[in-house]
Amino acid sequence: MTTPAITVEALNKTFHTGAKQKVKALDEVTLSVDKGSCLAVVGESGSGKTTLARIIVGLETPDSGSVTVSGKPVAAHANRRELRRRARDIQMVFQDPQSSLNRRLPVRVAVDEVLRAHSRLSRAEREARCSELFTLVGLETRFLDALPSELSGGQKQRVAIARALAADPAVIVLDESVAALDVTVQAQILELLASLRATYGLTYLFITHDLSVVQMIADQVVVMRQGRIVERGTTAEVLTNPQHPYTQLLLACAPRPGWKPERGMIRKLREEIAS
Amino acid sequence: MLTIDNLSLTIGPDLQILREVSLAVAAGEAVGLVGESGSGKSMTLRSILHIEPEGSRVTGTITFDGVDVRGLTGEALRQMRANDVSMIAQNPHAVLNPVLPVERYLIEGMHDAQGQPTKTAKLRAGELLEQVGIDAVDRVLRSYPHQLSGGMLQRVVIAGAIAGKPRLMLADEPTTALDVTTQAEVMAILDECRHELGMAMLFVTHDLDLAAAVCDRIAVMKEGEIVEIGLPEQLRDNPQHPYTRALMESRPAGLTWTPEGGPTS
Repeated sequence: MTTPAITVEALNKTFHTGAKQKVKALDEVTLSVDKGSCLAVVGESGSGKTTLARIIVGLETPDSGSVTVSGKPVAAHANRRELRRRARDIQMVFQDPQSSLNRRLPVRVAVDEVLRAHSRLSRAEREARCSELFTLVGLETRFLDALPSELSGGQKQRVAIARALAADPAVIVLDESVAALDVTVQAQILELLASLRATYGLTYLFITHDLSVVQMIADQVVVMRQGRIVERGTTAEVLTNPQHPYTQLLLACAPRPGWKPERGMIRKLREEIAS
Repeated sequence: MLTIDNLSLTIGPDLQILREVSLAVAAGEAVGLVGESGSGKSMTLRSILHIEPEGSRVTGTITFDGVDVRGLTGEALRQMRANDVSMIAQNPHAVLNPVLPVERYLIEGMHDAQGQPTKTAKLRAGELLEQVGIDAVDRVLRSYPHQLSGGMLQRVVIAGAIAGKPRLMLADEPTTALDVTTQAEVMAILDECRHELGMAMLFVTHDLDLAAAVCDRIAVMKEGEIVEIGLPEQLRDNPQHPYTRALMESRPAGLTWTPEGGPTS
């Protein structure tokens, strides 16, 4: 048995959205991700999938429950040393590279900052490592000194991946990291992520709403709805033999060749979910 | 009904957005305009209604029922927008006034553009919401945009767009901002409305499979040009242009589960 790279146990999180309103973003969420595998967390807006990702990397604290990454607990209130160590275990790639890169600085700075924080490399060594990382994510080194505005969406997302890799993490959490990209670019980035995972034995937690993306990248899937996991299994199982009516609804609504949107069927599955 | 002939659009000195786009839409026909960001699909739509960005230079002709729409101005242009051609955009929040109940949006359209008395327009607004599959009509009419979900708002916008019984609907990524299940529902509603009214549609999307589901023909755009036009099946089974092929291959056809039980062939 391999030790899981991520273990999440009985996670709960409630957001208070108004004086008397609250939303249960996570409701007893338990899951684990094996080392070197990719787990997709699928759900629609409001399902709690992003909250889950943010808690796992330590950007948010749960009300109760525990998270372990690479065998070490993710503490709710970490000190600087703990944060620094955690960054070497787990990194995150966000949906919108535009807003996660500083638009006034050359993109190399994003990668260099991480190297400066987490390695003891000299300036020259860092420069060499930046070039290496750019090459690794399929960017020509002439882009090192480009501003984010000079790069396409796909290229910016490659920089974001290079930045995540700079900390040499074992686990990467990808939150809708290909959702903002055109389909042809999406396919290229997914291919890059798959090859990086194979080469470095990385573990991915991939947050997405898109079942075609799940099919292209994940080994295992959990389906979330209103803060709860409603179904889990291998990608093949869940996509070809969905058990929960919500998973069935998601699959029935995914555009694909020969597909037609049908209101009757959507209504029927919605009723099943409600009951 | 709609004929676009050699449409080119340039912004500034040399930024060419559209290159000799030619496309025809027959009465009642649904044509998909599929491409990635920056391919010019939205700009093609906007040129039809004269809402291209200021300072664009447009050449070529667009005719609607034989009338050159690029030559229309003032009242004639307003009449075309009110009675013949409607448009729905990606983000309903940008369309609806946040400080007015959605009822006012629907009534205003019918009252101002079609000269209906407010009272009749009010009744008609309710009917329209029923037509787009909204059950709690009265509650929705009184709601402000922030009180409704994206899918609900997009239905309100569709209701407004079909109020004048247009003969052509221009739909610019109307479901891109919505969740997949809401997208399927809104597309089904749009498709039903189109068939009920015998309305033609020019549907802009980046999703080839979505376009194939609701369109009779699909035009694939890249860098301001139409690179291929064909039936959805033709594009899927026998794409001619390398770019169409690349689009196909980016989305492997592996999702086969259907609610009727078992995978489709």
